[in-house]
Amino acid sequence: MVTSITSFGRSGLYDWMIQRVTAVVLMAYTIFMLAYLLFNPGLDYAQWSALFQGTFMRLFSLLAILSLAAHAWIGLWSVSTDYIKPTVLRFMFQSLCGLLAFVYVVWGIQILWGI
Amino acid sequence: MLVSLYRYNPETDDVPYMQDIHIDIPGGKDIMVLDLLQLLKEKDTTLTFRRSCREGVCGSDGLNMNGKNGLACITALSQVVEKDKLVLRPLPGLPVIRDLVVDMGQFYKQYEKIKPYLINDTPAPAIERLQSPEERAELDGLYECILCACCSTACPSFWWNPDKFVGPSGLLQAYRFLADSRDTATDQRLAELDDPFSVFRCHGIMNCVNVCPKGLNPTKAIGKIRNMLLQQAT
Repeated sequence: MVTSITSFGRSGLYDWMIQRVTAVVLMAYTIFMLAYLLFNPGLDYAQWSALFQGTFMRLFSLLAILSLAAHAWIGLWSVSTDYIKPTVLRFMFQSLCGLLAFVYVVWGIQILWGI
Repeated sequence: MLVSLYRYNPETDDVPYMQDIHIDIPGGKDIMVLDLLQLLKEKDTTLTFRRSCREGVCGSDGLNMNGKNGLACITALSQVVEKDKLVLRPLPGLPVIRDLVVDMGQFYKQYEKIKPYLINDTPAPAIERLQSPEERAELDGLYECILCACCSTACPSFWWNPDKFVGPSGLLQAYRFLADSRDTATDQRLAELDDPFSVFRCHGIMNCVNVCPKGLNPTKAIGKIRNMLLQQAT
């Protein structure tokens, strides 16, 4: 058993599962957005704004934002433990990733609820 | 043909270097890479490499031949030589002791970690612990591993974290004991593997499957370990 306290869920299985579930959410969101843009060619601001005012879209978008943050954290943590060998540098990189993920989540919620 | 050999003698060389040697194969025969190394050693007796059984059973002569890991004794020149040139290097990722000989310490350490022996806490029967033919068949494709390290040293995840990631060879062996009907330590074995490195550093790129000289499939075994962990935890 290798101890790691900076990984997302500390259990390898948990991280693996979250990585896959969030990937499915992100894929669904991407397909939905692409399909929406494809089937609404003359999209204007009112229509776009109305889309994001609906509860379903707010839930779906929030889910996608949280999924993105978790997915990015697990992925970048993995990359950092592969390639950044000096502990101080690695920890700094991981902290920066964590901070960015937090900022993007809060910022995303602000945008989403600001509509 | 031209052979480009990785040379390094820690007593005389500061850094490793590649030595180009032109050699004619006697009778133009399609010999094995190990035979070629033997011919080269006759020319230069300082050339160092491991070998033993010369028939792909002992796993001593794992090498990197034109970029692909394999056993020198069962790899014919026709399988690896390109444009009349062969580049021979030690297995990648492990510290080089001399020429083509690597220090396998890290590799064996990972093997040791998975407890490669049967653990059974029930009283021993009078004669032996029996298995049905079906239970025995579960071990096919697992027990054949000869620990040559071709797979683990072809795996980038093992290159970057050889101290934390068990590696394809160790994990194939781990599953060999998880799948054994006579082993009762399944839960402890699984608990030891559920961290972000031991098993889950495998990203399934299948380099291990590509190079295994025994045609085994560590990626499949890793998938099965993952499924066992999932079944236990959900």
